[in-house]
Amino acid sequence: MALKRRIIWLAAGLGGLAMAAWILLAPQPLSQDAMAGLTGDPVRGEQVFWAAGCAGCHADFDAKGDEKLILRGGQRFASPFGTFVAPNISPHPQAGIGSWSALDLANAMKRGVSPEGEHYYPAFPYASYARADLQDIADLHAFLMTLPPDPTPSQPHEVGFPFNIRAALGGWKLLFLTDDWVVTGDLTEQEARGRYLVEALGHCGECHTPRNALGGMQLNLWLAGAPSPDGKGRIPNITPGALDWSQADIVEYLTSGFTPDYDSAGGHMALVVQNTAHLPESDRAAIAAYLKRVPPVAERP
Amino acid sequence: MKKLFAGLTLAAMVMGGAGLAQDKPPFAMEIKARQGIMAYRALNLGRLGAMAKGEAEYNAEAAQAAADALAASAQLDESLLWPEGSDHSANPATTADAKLWDIETDYDGKHTEFVNAALAMQQAAGQGLDQLKAAMGPLGASCGSCHKATRIPN
Repeated sequence: MALKRRIIWLAAGLGGLAMAAWILLAPQPLSQDAMAGLTGDPVRGEQVFWAAGCAGCHADFDAKGDEKLILRGGQRFASPFGTFVAPNISPHPQAGIGSWSALDLANAMKRGVSPEGEHYYPAFPYASYARADLQDIADLHAFLMTLPPDPTPSQPHEVGFPFNIRAALGGWKLLFLTDDWVVTGDLTEQEARGRYLVEALGHCGECHTPRNALGGMQLNLWLAGAPSPDGKGRIPNITPGALDWSQADIVEYLTSGFTPDYDSAGGHMALVVQNTAHLPESDRAAIAAYLKRVPPVAERP
Repeated sequence: MKKLFAGLTLAAMVMGGAGLAQDKPPFAMEIKARQGIMAYRALNLGRLGAMAKGEAEYNAEAAQAAADALAASAQLDESLLWPEGSDHSANPATTADAKLWDIETDYDGKHTEFVNAALAMQQAAGQGLDQLKAAMGPLGASCGSCHKATRIPN
């Protein structure tokens, strides 16, 4: 009798745990009216587009000029968790995101949740976009819908067990998804703009900050450099502990790709510069000002 | 017995030699030569860039000299510089990615783009500051397009 009761309690307990896990791990979209009253401006949206670096991953690797606006996906990103393939985010109604509302885009960018309610992998940098303004997302949505639709189907990610269990990403989000600023304290208006560009839209930390074993950014080593996720080379420390460039040097690098020694950006950073070159100079200067305010970490932590 | 001893000594010498050869990282000379040529290009490009940005006063003669040097370095015979396999995985002293040798990367096409941009700069640099500035854009883009495709971060 006592045993039976214990089994019942145990079953109830397990059921409760499963329920709690289901609730905790379930996707957490924004409220239905989160975008209510916001009107997207496609002209402002183009600036958001370049600041957020969408084309860096979603256009072809070799895209030049207007080809950067054909967001058909297909670039492959190797990582310790598997190879991710950038999806088609052109406004094609079937192959791309043509049927998405601005709220769908906001849920994708800020919560890592698809319109079907599925978790995205954090290769899509929602851990940074979580800090994005809803108005900017409305503007970006308006701009994306003006781009050429492309029918190329998205390719599946090549991710093996256990990382192919998407429900587990709910746990990842519990641990690592936050819209708090990394650098806090008294910032000038320019530094605050730079923080928004670096920590939110520009998602610089995704590559420049080392990750722990579960793939979460180690915020105490913010921008302190990390092994390249594909295993080739090392992404540099850009805190003042290692990067001794002047603000003008940083602005020049984000404009032309040239370092103070006239070396030029290589690899994925060359793609980043192709995006930042489209920003107003004041935004590049804001990024430079912010980088000088990041807590310095000595080279190779 | 003597023969065996001699044979063992010879074998030891050969193995020792092989050991020595392995102490030197592979492709060290090629990588050093590549990096030297790149630094030479950067030095001359820096002279032109400083004028373009207004950090140095425009001087037609100095600009022409730098552009001549850059164009000459762009046209060097590179046939010994890039043996297949001389990438970062073979020797971490280089940031060359193995992709450099993929057909799709079209290294030769990108190199031609750079040579043409350097020749255009050679034509422009002595003509005036505006001409120099205009030639700077395609030149920088040609550096970037190859580095984007063939370099790993470091």
